[in-house]
Amino acid sequence: MGDKPKIAVHKFSSCDGCQLAFLNLGETLLELPKLVDIVHFVEAGPMDEDQPVDVALVEGSISTSHDLERIQRIRSNSSYLISIGACATSGGLQALRNMADANSWASAIYASPEHLDSLDSATAIADHVKVDLALWGCPVNSRQVLGALRDLLFGVSPREESRPLCMECKRLGKVCTLVTQGASCMGPVTRAGCGALCPSVGRACYACYGPSELVNDVSLGRRFEGFGLLPADLARRFHFISNGAPVFKAAGERFGGKR
Amino acid sequence: MSEQRDIRIEVPVLARVEGEGALELDIERGQITNVKLRIFEPPRFFEKFVETHTCDDVIDMVARICGICPVAYQMSAAQAFERLFDVDPGHWVRDMRRVMYCGEWLQSHALHIHLLAAPDFLGFSNAIEMAEKYPDEVRRGLMLQTLGNDLIALFGARSVHPVGLRVGGFYHAPSLAEVQAMRERLEAALPEAESLVAWAGSLVMPDDQQEFVSAGLRHPDEYGIYSGNMYSDSGLDIDVSQWDEHIREIHMPHSTALHAELDGQPYLVGPLARLNINLDRLPTETAALLQATGVRFPSSNMFHSLLARAVEIHMVVLQAWQLLEGYQVPDRPWVDWQPKPGVAFGASEAPRGTLWHRYEVDESGHVSSARIVPPTSQNQARIEQDIALSLQNFGLDNEEDALRLHAETVIRNYDPCISCATHFLRLRLRRT
Repeated sequence: MGDKPKIAVHKFSSCDGCQLAFLNLGETLLELPKLVDIVHFVEAGPMDEDQPVDVALVEGSISTSHDLERIQRIRSNSSYLISIGACATSGGLQALRNMADANSWASAIYASPEHLDSLDSATAIADHVKVDLALWGCPVNSRQVLGALRDLLFGVSPREESRPLCMECKRLGKVCTLVTQGASCMGPVTRAGCGALCPSVGRACYACYGPSELVNDVSLGRRFEGFGLLPADLARRFHFISNGAPVFKAAGERFGGKR
Repeated sequence: MSEQRDIRIEVPVLARVEGEGALELDIERGQITNVKLRIFEPPRFFEKFVETHTCDDVIDMVARICGICPVAYQMSAAQAFERLFDVDPGHWVRDMRRVMYCGEWLQSHALHIHLLAAPDFLGFSNAIEMAEKYPDEVRRGLMLQTLGNDLIALFGARSVHPVGLRVGGFYHAPSLAEVQAMRERLEAALPEAESLVAWAGSLVMPDDQQEFVSAGLRHPDEYGIYSGNMYSDSGLDIDVSQWDEHIREIHMPHSTALHAELDGQPYLVGPLARLNINLDRLPTETAALLQATGVRFPSSNMFHSLLARAVEIHMVVLQAWQLLEGYQVPDRPWVDWQPKPGVAFGASEAPRGTLWHRYEVDESGHVSSARIVPPTSQNQARIEQDIALSLQNFGLDNEEDALRLHAETVIRNYDPCISCATHFLRLRLRRT
């Protein structure tokens, strides 16, 4: 036990879906403790939040004042910190609240909002502490998470995927939905890594893996306009799962989306 | 109960539940004076996010409320819109959605039994420890969980936030070869599911009889999964559009969560309640297995929830296998539709209980308002009632650690999904 690297899985505001990259491993889940010592993973059982670890995997976005304090503590106890999934990496779908007046929602919803520990935003982990590796995806898949851990166990730096989905989609031989259906596919500006799932079921990518490198939103937007999308539709394509990613946030705003 | 002492137990973070919750319990002079199940998953405002989005977008958005039961969110939403728009996607879509839903029940129940709940009853703090002593049981559970995930992915390309469902049907139909391979795996899993039921029936559970109302969907010809009337053993039998006439959510001052009441009373949704009201809808094979355990249903012992999940696992493996028999790839797996303005209602049975949606849709087919009532909000009042009663039955003079574990075990019986449980917050708006 002593020699194995220690890992922790921490949850912030999220749907719990990225932790399932572990819990859905099937029998591989039983192999994992042979390689690493899981010291904190609340949903699976182990609980020791403040124990120093080699690798912390963080799910969810920061949305309470307690979160602010907790993420600092986690960072100071971790040698290497990985943000897993859209919420941790860019705020996730729930970062849509950042564009609205979330405070007014909260005071309308709660009789005593002063007891509510909720910030008016849902933000990425990297907005608060240094993140060593960001794994995009809503949700991340097991291959990404295990790949990163495996690299770290071998002592090499995990590599972050940043090419656009189109590359992966072509490599897999999928039919292009943008060209063949005139679908408003976000593949040209979305990070690869999912396995081109949406094109493989014949639908347009909706950018759940966040922005790729070299996003050319202007050209893509013009193409979508040609398909008949109105400014508000265009804005919603960018202000969706990864609306908190700066390049998508700016693109959505430029296309005229006021929520 | 007789001992005069004051105890205050706080479980600051509940392990092995989805999302984040905490429990506060005060016992004064041998009486429970305070039980609070606190939910501190911060509000995520999903009901506001979906406003202005198209109905197909909403299907992808509401999935993100819960990583464990995204299919349930998608199914309740899709049915709500189809019903409003008078769209009948036909038998193929209906059957295949039920198969996909079987996958979600299978993975969620297998996860809950093996990774979350069983360690309580066998004396372990988690499943990885349990696997050292019970390797075959844990492996069987993980195999069933994987099968469920793969069954979702057959239609949705991935099991968490699947991408296959659309208003009017599916984006894609799996190939014959994929379905045949899946059918073989389902057939091979049937004996495993049978032994799971026997095993679950053999676990020694506390005898904790309580009176409660069981509620959930009931369908004329099948076990309530995909659709049905909202039904209870206290006489409720309503169309899901009449929900608000009977089910109200009450704000408890101590909590950011709402408690639901059915005709003024706490009630139970989820596997035990569902099995209690759907016993005559079980397939013959599954009913025989349940009979053979010797455990009598309907049951008023919440600890029989684990067995109810095992029974439902057998049923969904069997049903998916049967529904995929003679599978044919349709010409097109969806039907076209036109939006209509109005109010859309939809409900289906998430693994942990009834999931009800209400949407207002405008003329252009965009959602203008949404309300979602997830199972955990409905169970919240019942959970607190159960903790108090169950601890009285267990004996308040037990050691503090034993009381804490017992209370946690009671909560885990409900498989509460606290990530979802914040979304009824929106409802406060209606009363203030």
